[in-house]
Amino acid sequence: MPKEVTDVICPFCGTLCDDLIVTVSDDNKTILGVKNACAIGAEKFNHQRMPGRVKRPRMRQADGSYKEITYDEAIDWTAKMLVKSRKTLMYGWASTSCQAMSIGHDIAEKVGAIVDNCATVCHGSSLIAIEDVGVPSCTLGEVKNRADRVIFWGCNPAHAHPRHMSRYSIFPRGFFTVKGHKGRKIYCVDCRYTDTAKCADEFIQIQQGFDYELLDALRTAARGEALPDTVGGVPKEKIYEIAEDLKNARFGVIFFGMGLTHTMGRNHNIDIAINLTRDLNDYTKFAIMAMRGHWNVTGSGQVLGWQYGFPYAVDLSRRDQARHQTGETTSVDLLNRNEVEACFYIATDPGAHFPVNAMISSSRKPTVTVDPHINCTTEISDIHIPVALVGVEVGGCAYRMDNVPIETRKVVDPPEGVLTDEELLTKINQRVDELLAQGGA
Amino acid sequence: MTNKITLNMITCRTIQQGVGMEAGKTSQKYFDACTIMHMHPDDMKKLGVWKNTNVRVTSSVGSVIVKAVETREDLVPGLAHIPMGPWANRIVPGYTFSTGEPCFKGFPVDVEIAANERIMGAIEVIQDACGLIRK
Repeated sequence: MPKEVTDVICPFCGTLCDDLIVTVSDDNKTILGVKNACAIGAEKFNHQRMPGRVKRPRMRQADGSYKEITYDEAIDWTAKMLVKSRKTLMYGWASTSCQAMSIGHDIAEKVGAIVDNCATVCHGSSLIAIEDVGVPSCTLGEVKNRADRVIFWGCNPAHAHPRHMSRYSIFPRGFFTVKGHKGRKIYCVDCRYTDTAKCADEFIQIQQGFDYELLDALRTAARGEALPDTVGGVPKEKIYEIAEDLKNARFGVIFFGMGLTHTMGRNHNIDIAINLTRDLNDYTKFAIMAMRGHWNVTGSGQVLGWQYGFPYAVDLSRRDQARHQTGETTSVDLLNRNEVEACFYIATDPGAHFPVNAMISSSRKPTVTVDPHINCTTEISDIHIPVALVGVEVGGCAYRMDNVPIETRKVVDPPEGVLTDEELLTKINQRVDELLAQGGA
Repeated sequence: MTNKITLNMITCRTIQQGVGMEAGKTSQKYFDACTIMHMHPDDMKKLGVWKNTNVRVTSSVGSVIVKAVETREDLVPGLAHIPMGPWANRIVPGYTFSTGEPCFKGFPVDVEIAANERIMGAIEVIQDACGLIRK
């Protein structure tokens, strides 16, 4: 008899929906169906049973083809690479558990590597701004129960966080928001009329790249001072009207995404959005939150934060001290400048998501990629080590976008003989210890 | 003379790209979702391109062949969008202005019709860039 596993945590985006129901075959090996998940989350579970999954490590041959090797051979090769390289980039971590990250950081300290996560090409700018000016934030539960003004700025949850709107930000009825959608006023600020904008009460079309100017204008308007006729394509009357409406909120929240972090201005765009939030707190209660995309990227920031004091791009190459300098220890810059000697990628796919020049640089170095599936990075790496899917085939701790830790659930068994991230990293760590005890590779 | 227009490029996630990514980077779903460039109808007229025709998109760092489609999420004229993925990243400038973040949104590209050119697969497009394809 197939059985249903309830309260499953979705392993796709930073919303970490915790109400999925997964039907599993009675031998605990196959997922038969998923309920409550969005299209992307459901696909993540369905992918588990797809044929052709790689179950043993593969090594690239001189002719470009891949041959199967044992886990022991792959672990030995990886440990030797890490010990030999004076500066290794250990990038990824966003789709694995906090426990696995902790073991990875242990390895990085021993071999003097640089640990970086997906925030580096995602919300890294937000983290710089938060380091600069702090962040008045809240939990998603508070948004659901209290928020009556919600602003989506440069983000498109209808596509990137599909259940965010129905679980927390637009539609749900909460303790003080009993009317649900009708009791909230939703703003969407974007350069495109996105599907999120279609759900909003008011869409403000901004000229691409003029976010800083419009946020600054809103601060000016909130203080009742003079504005030019239009800012970023938005007429000043509209800006005064919005500023007045935001001041009259009972509880407001700004959600922002890549529209702010990827455009010119980067961290300064977030900086001023946080300062607008701070100004609005003179009149009412206002909060701001980054729409963290890649599942447990928030968790990677947390683990790095409590271990080394920096949320991403931590350089441990001096071993006794952790350094962090954006533009210097960040992955794309390191690769652009050809500064690392080897690359270790885990639980992410920079091959698909880094600018091409960075990956050209990466492909010329010894590279190991740890990922359950074949992707654009595994195919330009020397070794591909498959592992169990975290959140599907193995549990572990993950952080939601509002920094709430959630223990994820195992739903099915991993394929026979496939290691989990934690098991693999523990073995690599042991092999690194052995090699260092022998005086290096 | 080949017609060429300059547009402001942004790269973003779409739900189709997300589903395709989880279905597998080598899947048809991922290919269909990421090898397109959303354009405004006015820009399509200006370029003289029909819907669903392949175009060559060139930035300061390289060029890529994708299929021009009419925007569903409305763009303003002059703005174009390729969903994130290895194709979009063939043309994303890597310079980060010391922030660690490359310019994924808001860089100029030239677009010209390349109706007979083939769109590369996901693995092929990155291996080709890295010089790993043996010819």
